Amino acid sequence: MDDLLSEFLTETTESLDVVDMELIKFEQEPNNADILNNIFRLVHTIKGTCGFLGLPRLEALAHAAETLMGEFRDGVPVTANAVTLILESIDQIKVILADLEANEVEPEGSDSELISKLEVMAAGGSVETEPPEEAPVKEDQAADAAAIKVTEREVKPGEVSLDELERAFQEAESPEEASVKEDQAADAAAIKVTEREVKSGEVSLDDLERAFQEAEGPEMEINPVASDPEKPAEPEAEPEIVAEALAEEAPAKSEPVASAVESAKPAEKKESLKNQSIRVNVDTLEHLITMVSELVLTRNQLLEMERQQGDGIFKVPLQRLSNVTGELQEGIMKTRMQPIGNAWQKLPRIVRDLSKDLDKKIELVMKGADTELDRQVLELIKDPLTHMVRNSADHGLETTQGRIDADKSEVGEILLSAYHEGGHIIIEIADDGRGLNTEKLKAKIILNGLVTEAEADQLTDAQIHRYVFNAGLSTAENVTSVSGRGVGMDVVRSNIELIGGTVDLKSVEGVGTTFFIKIPLTLAIVSALIVESSGEKFALPQLSVVELVRAHRDSEHRIEMIKDTAVLRLRNKLLPLVHLSTLLELERKRANGAEIIDLASERAALAEAELETADQQENAPSADASSDEAVASNEEAGHQHEDVENGFIVVTQVGPQNFGIVVDQVFHTEEIVVKPMSTMLRDISMFSGNTILGDGSVILIVDPNGLAQAVSSEISDEEDNKKDTSVSETAQDQPISLLLFKVAGGEPKAVPLSLITRLEEIKVSDIEYANGGYLVQYRGKLMPLVFVDPDGKPKEEGTQALLVFADNERTMGIAVDEIVDVVEEKLDIEIASEREGTLGSAVIQGKAAEILDIGYYLPQAFADWFQRQEFDQNKFCKKILLVDDSAFFRNMLTPVLKAAGYAVTAVESAGHALALCEEGVMFDIIVSDIEMPDINGFEFAEKILAGGSWSETPIIALSSHCSPAALERGRQAGFHDYVAKFDREGLIDVLGQSHKVVGEAA
Amino acid sequence: MSNSPDSSTEFMTMKIGGQLFGLAINRVQDVFSPDKITKVPLSDHDISGVLNLRGRIVTVIDMRRRLELPDRKSDHGCMAVGIESGNESFGLLIDSVGEVLHLKDENLESNPANLDACWTLVSGGVHRLEGELLVVLDVDRVLAISKESLAA
Repeated sequence: MDDLLSEFLTETTESLDVVDMELIKFEQEPNNADILNNIFRLVHTIKGTCGFLGLPRLEALAHAAETLMGEFRDGVPVTANAVTLILESIDQIKVILADLEANEVEPEGSDSELISKLEVMAAGGSVETEPPEEAPVKEDQAADAAAIKVTEREVKPGEVSLDELERAFQEAESPEEASVKEDQAADAAAIKVTEREVKSGEVSLDDLERAFQEAEGPEMEINPVASDPEKPAEPEAEPEIVAEALAEEAPAKSEPVASAVESAKPAEKKESLKNQSIRVNVDTLEHLITMVSELVLTRNQLLEMERQQGDGIFKVPLQRLSNVTGELQEGIMKTRMQPIGNAWQKLPRIVRDLSKDLDKKIELVMKGADTELDRQVLELIKDPLTHMVRNSADHGLETTQGRIDADKSEVGEILLSAYHEGGHIIIEIADDGRGLNTEKLKAKIILNGLVTEAEADQLTDAQIHRYVFNAGLSTAENVTSVSGRGVGMDVVRSNIELIGGTVDLKSVEGVGTTFFIKIPLTLAIVSALIVESSGEKFALPQLSVVELVRAHRDSEHRIEMIKDTAVLRLRNKLLPLVHLSTLLELERKRANGAEIIDLASERAALAEAELETADQQENAPSADASSDEAVASNEEAGHQHEDVENGFIVVTQVGPQNFGIVVDQVFHTEEIVVKPMSTMLRDISMFSGNTILGDGSVILIVDPNGLAQAVSSEISDEEDNKKDTSVSETAQDQPISLLLFKVAGGEPKAVPLSLITRLEEIKVSDIEYANGGYLVQYRGKLMPLVFVDPDGKPKEEGTQALLVFADNERTMGIAVDEIVDVVEEKLDIEIASEREGTLGSAVIQGKAAEILDIGYYLPQAFADWFQRQEFDQNKFCKKILLVDDSAFFRNMLTPVLKAAGYAVTAVESAGHALALCEEGVMFDIIVSDIEMPDINGFEFAEKILAGGSWSETPIIALSSHCSPAALERGRQAGFHDYVAKFDREGLIDVLGQSHKVVGEAA
Repeated sequence: MSNSPDSSTEFMTMKIGGQLFGLAINRVQDVFSPDKITKVPLSDHDISGVLNLRGRIVTVIDMRRRLELPDRKSDHGCMAVGIESGNESFGLLIDSVGEVLHLKDENLESNPANLDACWTLVSGGVHRLEGELLVVLDVDRVLAISKESLAA
């Protein structure tokens, strides 16, 4: 394609998008001269360029639209009809452009109908209030317009100069427009008069304007000769009027010319701004990105080699190469970034049209349009976004009458906002409409056979709402042209998931619905955590990784089983766990080798376990998990037991869902270039792609969304329930079953019924006292008893009521005096408790009751386990003091070190560290940054070594500068080792070595 | 493959489970010895995994499994034929590679009616050689059925 033409197409398409936006703004603020001028200028440029390139059809259309806008500029009131008409012509221009792009020539055909409409509108703008009477006049005018058109067409071939002229004139004039507006007001009035006169004489304003422009010609000193021969035809049509018009216009004209000089200045400024950006072909960029990706891979490979066999000589240049590559990658990625507003450009127009079609008043508010994201991602979310906004307008918002009835403001609002959040972009689409009707939706999903009625009753509102993302569901009662056919949201979801994003919604009936879309910033290169499960390595995108936890049966983080579900206690919350090997069915391979006897005993144990738990209600059992438990209770499978409790847990967040992925090993993070899966393997939802690692092997990239979906049946119930009680306001209103009981005559206490495995009543005589605690023989095992009151003792005689809790294969009983009742109440803890063992107080059945924290009592029953844990911690968990002024590094290194089995204390300055030293806190190793304010790392090391309790503690320097000089300085200061800040693996190695040294010394 | 009587096709021959197969040589990109195959969990039974072949990620299909033959005892010494289809690279895992043969198209016989259904799907006909039969592998069909089976 001709360069000029392709340039024109790109530029014009961009301009038209802006015009679209601006016009809608203009419709709302008809008095904003700046907007109008901007539109006018854009359309004018398009028109000018079309003339220059010899595109008559486009030019004629642009011209007609421009004329109508010229009317607005001259003070004719802006009507919705007029704007619609202009929008229509802009659409038509777009159609022609598309054709032009495909065929490189203007398509055949005529737009005379549209043009005449525009011209009629331009002429009749001021008398629009009585359109019926105008009809005959309009027709006449149309004829006139047609005549003018002919003239215009004739004029064109020789008439490039007129366009130039016109443009020059417009450009000179437009900046001035605002400033002389007042002056012009008077003129405008005059023009109005003229206009009226013209109308009676049946000449469109078009003529007037043209005459006006021609008159301008000589003043602008651009040779108008070429246009002269053809011109007479036109002015002659209504000579007096032209004259009159000229007379009226005379004062206004001199001013624009005068101000042309002034306007030159801003134009210059604009020019210099323009020169700072250049147009680069997307292919060129794509190529650059591919090359940088390869460079990243090569760097990774080099780093890997250096790690494995490096003798240190390449360390420094490699570090530098690594940094440069990193920056290069970042820079290149920036070239792909575009403001999300680009994807929103069309939305105001769509909403406007919808608001007309649906007869609803809708206001679209856009926030954070300058949030940047990868253009590839941008392209991919455009359609889903458009669809969702349409949906909000159509389904979400009520009709105007509906809103009035619901006591809402007449104008419905759709709020579109975008912002960054931890390497993701969050886009929210919120409407203040009717919200989802949960009951209706529920009925629908039952009707569609997605769930059974019984299942549906178990679902929370949020879970039911999520069904709108399923295919074939629409909440709209009537199918409209806009939406309601029940296709769409599922497509939206799959499109978003395709780019590694997630979509969720929150809806409150009567208040509105908000959709949340979370998408990654870029697709090409992602940072991934390399993990191992059952001997196979996988990459997990770092973006969804929240933290790493090392679980060990002897550490505070231990994988525990609640019935069949593996969970982890993490900061007072229970995190559901899934084993990667289970999800990927890696275990099965292993199990194939297992002996038949084992299987048989497993089954027996399983059956037993099921019998035991038969009286529990909830939770769909997972076959694998339960067999795990069964194995666990099988003493012969002791080693497997360990596996169940140990491992690394990658805490992952997918949308609102949190869960832990249990893996066997965590290695390092690596920047990986995502390559799509082969078509043959693309249907496996667990993987989002694959890549080649530094060592040349292919690794599969696990898709956290896929995992989340696969486990959602296990997890989401739990997850939602948890959220319901703790986070979401609406869900707090849901009653839960609570068991009320009394202890030592105090206030009633309560425990959520779902936590209790069983209620028992035992004879007091069965209670035995051994090993410092009370025990009872229960189902063939010893079950420890715990008293809520720390000094509690069993009664002298009679029976003792017990609440039995089963946690993993352990059971314990909490002794209570009296079981009062089971009530359905909202659990709304009003006063949080300071006291251990109590969550707080809540009003239950009109009375205050204490809610018991079972998590506090469970360990009490297993005091032996507690002691062992502490003992082990002292022995195996090396304590590390991490000193770094950057919160970022503290946050980054702490989990890495924790995962490597260290207990980490992180402080933000050497001062804080020295304070700890004075307090006598001991550490096994100190890891310190060098560049810190106040006391730097060297001084810190010198201070420590100068004497005091830490003088024997090895210190490792952590620095982003690894120059030989710095190394030497570090050695002098007394650092045992020097590690580059980004070399996490190196750090772990060094730590391993130093505490070995210490161990030997000790 | 053209149908004119004199035309011939060059076949690369290979052994899979003792049977001689031929693959149109113009479809063969490489012959390589597969190394470090990464298994793909949850994938089809007949996909051995993916590997890195000079910077490209190749999906490896185990032809023994594809042809419903018993698994080889050890993967040691087996070879892979690299083919391209629709911008993607695939590797067909075979037992061994043989010579290259020029075979006249007119001698190609259609599949015997009683041929195993699974084989009929991937076979483009049979050549009678001296002493043994050569089954012509139709690459596109080999790749296509795996897609179908996934879709199913």
